[in-house]
Amino acid sequence: MKEGKTERKLIIDGKRMDGRGFEELRPLKIEVGVLKRADGSCYLELGDNKVIAAVYGPREMHPRHAQDAKMVVIKCRYNMAPFSVDDRKRPGPDRRSVEISKVSREALDPVIMKEYYPKMAIEVYVEVLQSDAGTRTAGINAASVALADAGIPMTDLVSSIAVGKIDGEVVLDLTGVEDNHGEADMPMAMIARTNTITALQMDGHLTKEEFKRGLKLAMGACHQIYELQRAALIGRYSKSEEREERKRE
Amino acid sequence: MYKVVVPGDFISEEVNRAGEGTYVEDGKVYAMSYGIVEEREEIKVVAFSRKYVPTNGDVVIGRIIEISFPYWIVDIASPYEARLHISNFAAGVEKVEFGSMSRYLDLDDFIVAKVMTVDVMMRIELTLMEEFKMRGGGKLVEIPHTKVPRVIGRSGSMIKMLKEKCNCFIFIAKNGRIWIKGSEADVNLASEVILKIVNEAHTSGLTDRVVNFLDSFRRDKGKGGEK
Repeated sequence: MKEGKTERKLIIDGKRMDGRGFEELRPLKIEVGVLKRADGSCYLELGDNKVIAAVYGPREMHPRHAQDAKMVVIKCRYNMAPFSVDDRKRPGPDRRSVEISKVSREALDPVIMKEYYPKMAIEVYVEVLQSDAGTRTAGINAASVALADAGIPMTDLVSSIAVGKIDGEVVLDLTGVEDNHGEADMPMAMIARTNTITALQMDGHLTKEEFKRGLKLAMGACHQIYELQRAALIGRYSKSEEREERKRE
Repeated sequence: MYKVVVPGDFISEEVNRAGEGTYVEDGKVYAMSYGIVEEREEIKVVAFSRKYVPTNGDVVIGRIIEISFPYWIVDIASPYEARLHISNFAAGVEKVEFGSMSRYLDLDDFIVAKVMTVDVMMRIELTLMEEFKMRGGGKLVEIPHTKVPRVIGRSGSMIKMLKEKCNCFIFIAKNGRIWIKGSEADVNLASEVILKIVNEAHTSGLTDRVVNFLDSFRRDKGKGGEK
């Protein structure tokens, strides 16, 4: 990341600035089916990140020449709201969001059973409403839940989280401050059931040992996230069932 | 009690019973979609929501969206469009000429049709059913096609009960479109009940609850009349 040591201390007495330990996730909140007009949707909060994912389709693929006669085409758009960062962000796609759109699509692609809807398109929209580092991982988590909500045939859910290095320590799930003043940031996405990594990026420097430690940490966290994603999906229906039962009594 | 699963959930080890909505990997059956497990002869996962894709023999209610000789293009509540050939009308002496197609079926007309073929390119050919044109009015209710079996009920129990209690003609097409005909009050009641069934499709003991609901509704109405 940035050259030279920062004056800012990111770790004090073995605790991070927000009081978390090194291997601790920020609070994660997942809500399914928040958008009425989308085929599937999910609202997700990871610490101060707030993202909303919407899935439309399968529906007709435009432009027509981009259709695939054998399988569905997956389109993904990651977009940051102008008010999602401290300084107003210029609206519209930029270099960064185009990259993240591509990375997110490729992270989700392996779980989707594409042969079921030839010639169609599945459109995934991830809107970042508020950001505090790790929006792409939050976006992938939300998108994967939204895809399931849309009834898309999938082999698994995808879970995603970042690890990084601050003050020489490998830590899980960086905040914005930690990301800006830290030494490395490594987002990854994986299929929890099979431990298959579907996306992995790294910014900054990590030694081989640090990389291995970080990956192990992230994989453990992905299992935690997977459980939360699953619980959010299952809870949606058991809750309404309980409500029905109460009404009946 | 219904068991809710998400994609990737392990369901069973009986590979030869794996049915719709599941996939097999390393000799185990996993869920392919977010839905409810249904264990009969086959183990199926019935998705909560999914886009309709027609299969041969489905009876659907379609809407004419385009006329392009010699086909009518039909919207069948699916991502895929269907086509209806003019030969469906050529049985008589008169021939359907170019430019006169709208005399037979015009834009926005609703038809009851059967899916004749679905090819690998997902081109869908329809053929008209006897009572094809939905004349004589009525109301069209659209529900997710995944909930159709629920509205019909086990061996038609739910729909039979609905028809009796609501005193309507009800036609349910495979693509989730329901055509209801009857007096206005009856039609409104029937469509309200159908939406109730859809909203509570994942709960158990639904038929009994719907019967109670309908009975209480009739009773309330009866009381209102006496006053």
